Amino acid sequence: MAAGILSFGGYVPRIRLSRQSIADANSWFNPALKGLAKGERSMANWDEDSVTMAVEAARDCLGGFDRNGLAALYMASTSYPFQDRQNSGIVAEALRLDSGIQTMDIAASQRAGTSGLIAALQASGGAGGPVLLASGEKRRTKAANPLELTTGDGAAALLVGEGDLVATVLGYHTETVDFVDHYRGQDNAYDYVWEERWIRDEGYLKIVPDAVEKMLAKAGVAADAVDQFCFPAAARRVAGMIAKRLSVAEDGVRDNLQANMGESGVAHPLVMLVNALEEAAPGQKILVVGFGQGADAILVETTDALAKLPKRTGINGHLARRREETNYNKFLSFNELINSEHGLRAEVDRQSGMTTLYRNKDMILGLVGGKCTKCGTLQYPKTAVCVNPNCEAFHTQEDHSFAEMTGKMNSYTADSLTYSADPPAYYGMVQFDEGGRMMIDFTDVTPGAKLDVGLPMRMMFRVKDYDGKRGFRRYFWKAAPIEAGD
Amino acid sequence: MATGIKDKVAILGMGCAKFGERWNDNAEDLMVEAFIEALEDSGIEKNDIQAAWFSTAIEEQHVGKSGVPLAMALRLPFIPVTRVENYCASGSEAFRGAVYAVASGACDIALALGVEKLKDTGYGGLPQRTRGAVNDMFWANTSAPGNFAQLAAAYGAKHGKSREDMKKAMAHISIKSHDNGSKNPKAHLRNKIDEDKVMNAPMIAEPLGLFDCCGVSDGAACAIVTTPEIAKSLGKKDLVTVKALQLAVSNGTESQHNSWDGSHFITTRTAAKRAYEEAGIEKPRDQVSLIEVHDCFSVTELVTMEDLHISPEGGAINDVMNGFYDADGQIPCQIDGGLKCFGHPIGASGLRMIYEMYLQMQGRAAERQRSEQPVFGLTHNLGGFPHQNVCSVCIVGMDGA
Repeated sequence: MAAGILSFGGYVPRIRLSRQSIADANSWFNPALKGLAKGERSMANWDEDSVTMAVEAARDCLGGFDRNGLAALYMASTSYPFQDRQNSGIVAEALRLDSGIQTMDIAASQRAGTSGLIAALQASGGAGGPVLLASGEKRRTKAANPLELTTGDGAAALLVGEGDLVATVLGYHTETVDFVDHYRGQDNAYDYVWEERWIRDEGYLKIVPDAVEKMLAKAGVAADAVDQFCFPAAARRVAGMIAKRLSVAEDGVRDNLQANMGESGVAHPLVMLVNALEEAAPGQKILVVGFGQGADAILVETTDALAKLPKRTGINGHLARRREETNYNKFLSFNELINSEHGLRAEVDRQSGMTTLYRNKDMILGLVGGKCTKCGTLQYPKTAVCVNPNCEAFHTQEDHSFAEMTGKMNSYTADSLTYSADPPAYYGMVQFDEGGRMMIDFTDVTPGAKLDVGLPMRMMFRVKDYDGKRGFRRYFWKAAPIEAGD
Repeated sequence: MATGIKDKVAILGMGCAKFGERWNDNAEDLMVEAFIEALEDSGIEKNDIQAAWFSTAIEEQHVGKSGVPLAMALRLPFIPVTRVENYCASGSEAFRGAVYAVASGACDIALALGVEKLKDTGYGGLPQRTRGAVNDMFWANTSAPGNFAQLAAAYGAKHGKSREDMKKAMAHISIKSHDNGSKNPKAHLRNKIDEDKVMNAPMIAEPLGLFDCCGVSDGAACAIVTTPEIAKSLGKKDLVTVKALQLAVSNGTESQHNSWDGSHFITTRTAAKRAYEEAGIEKPRDQVSLIEVHDCFSVTELVTMEDLHISPEGGAINDVMNGFYDADGQIPCQIDGGLKCFGHPIGASGLRMIYEMYLQMQGRAAERQRSEQPVFGLTHNLGGFPHQNVCSVCIVGMDGA
């Protein structure tokens, strides 16, 4: 039996920056930006990066699946927080995957996501278990660059393997062409982009049809049999032009989510595929293309099993979990595009001991606490002595992850004194429905919100602190109010 | 069978530096200022002191570690000096060390001195600092006001009090402390305030505004203690003795076990109960004359009135609004201005509270002197956060009471 798609999940950050706010600030320099000033782009919170977003998409994807059975985890991104420290390894720890899992970071091209999917499909046949592909992207863009308006942050995850497939794979093909529409050298923070008309005419409209035609020939599927076409590029009308050239039905061209999200780089073809799977009926043929130094073309067909998959928050759910932001200065500050004052309190040394982190990695990255085997009390952190005043047994606690538990807020504050990249800092005591509690940072709280004791909350994997001096960042979990769409 | 501390130790002398923004003084200058006052008050020679306890909490901001800074500042004659730190309850911890040393018979006269120099950070509020290598990886990004502010949400939810009722009671607490502080020449903040000013102040940590927060100050305070017998032999009159010294420390129940609702202090309730037993006080609301509590924030003072078993549970707002704790009320609370206005140089605060009790009992509190003679004075010195703290309750009183 051939490998296909077992499950899918998506993630879009809650904040949506109005493009008008970007254009208002920058069109004095480049009036053409006004033409891009419609809609909004997804904007990672200050505590989100490609790793945290990939974790959230992966959690969404793995709902209902046994995490222990996975053979491999691949991550795809061009915006990894670490150049040398395996990013997929962080995702694996956050997901509490078995240490016997194979992990790999795929990078350096905008088609890393689709190439990663092909690699996962190829690997999963002999891998001895499903392969999880998680892609998160938070592209750095210069202020006033058109990419600042057309890109967005997001993530997608696909579980690939054999078994009860929600989509079979009819074919895939890769064309590798060193077509340099943009590049980012080792010592550069931002992309250097060539003229868009050339990218359209010689890149999108030539390389993509070539890859798709070869794929369709291999698969033995006629172009007009394709029901949906996912093409991630932000450029307007290009997907339709490609469809026309291929004789793919133009009404099958999927919305590239430019209006309410923006192009999420490497993740975007997968974001669009996940979005298509969320909405698809069984028996639909979905074509997805990744473009970058050539093109990947993949054709999948949904099955009857799709209807049985528990509903994912997915892309649509996360798009609904929306909060508008009109203050472009926040975007500049979060992304260090402006030399903002952070105050003297921000100067505290945030060095992390690698020994300390390693020793406590389950507790920190996996949110693993303890469950007393004698009295059943859940507690975080796990300690040698049970916290239940009527128990206090020594060495009775087994590992218990709090990450997927929900709870209720017991007390909170909005703190304007402590340093936060986005003051006020919200935090408080969260009491879990199954038991246990923690005093923990909150995230994604609507500014100015009055929170009531008893507010339902869930856990999200986030950046706790940045150690700018050493280029390190600490990850931990935070509590977020459960919103519509969750 | 332990017999407790009651009447085993007397205060021989006390001193307190002027609290505030002491821009031009080092910690050592403040230590000497408090010490000279205590030494003169005690009537002994410096070389009569046989052991010393030295309290500081954020020592990296000023003197550094160990007992050496005290020994050097005062040129103590190679006696034992122990530095103690127990969050903001450090000053009471130094007092406990000295009192226990005398009570044990290990020495006749002992010194407790606390100091803190907090105004060298470059910003207002307590210094932002590391909380320990592992804690930094998972503790919430809290500040002191943010930790204590949460009492309000939990207390309001538990007792069905509106935010407005809470804010008004908290404002009354701060206004009262400013009134009291205005009469205290050593206080950091001596201005009077009104409700409008409190209500319209900038928000620090919801629902605590600027005037819900105590001053962060430079200062020092100290006590010289001995046995009642020695004190009498030295000619001391109207002896003030130690009636109870209790400490309760969180064991993780509040932060990790769902039995705590976040609206009160388990430690304070525990330490207060033990302290009343040790002092032989059966009805604190009727027997305690004065209280100095750890009013780091107005809401802390509010809930502490119940945790000390003086106001009934859920009844603190009524007592506060009725003036029960005002300077002319039934049990004045913070008659010297409290942490709120006297100021809060951490390592000194617990000793400063006892200093005020000592002055009041000796009738030396000048403009702010309580008219009726106080019999029992309670000090409550708290360190840490509501969900993880150290609470000291000390009772001093007239010898024989």
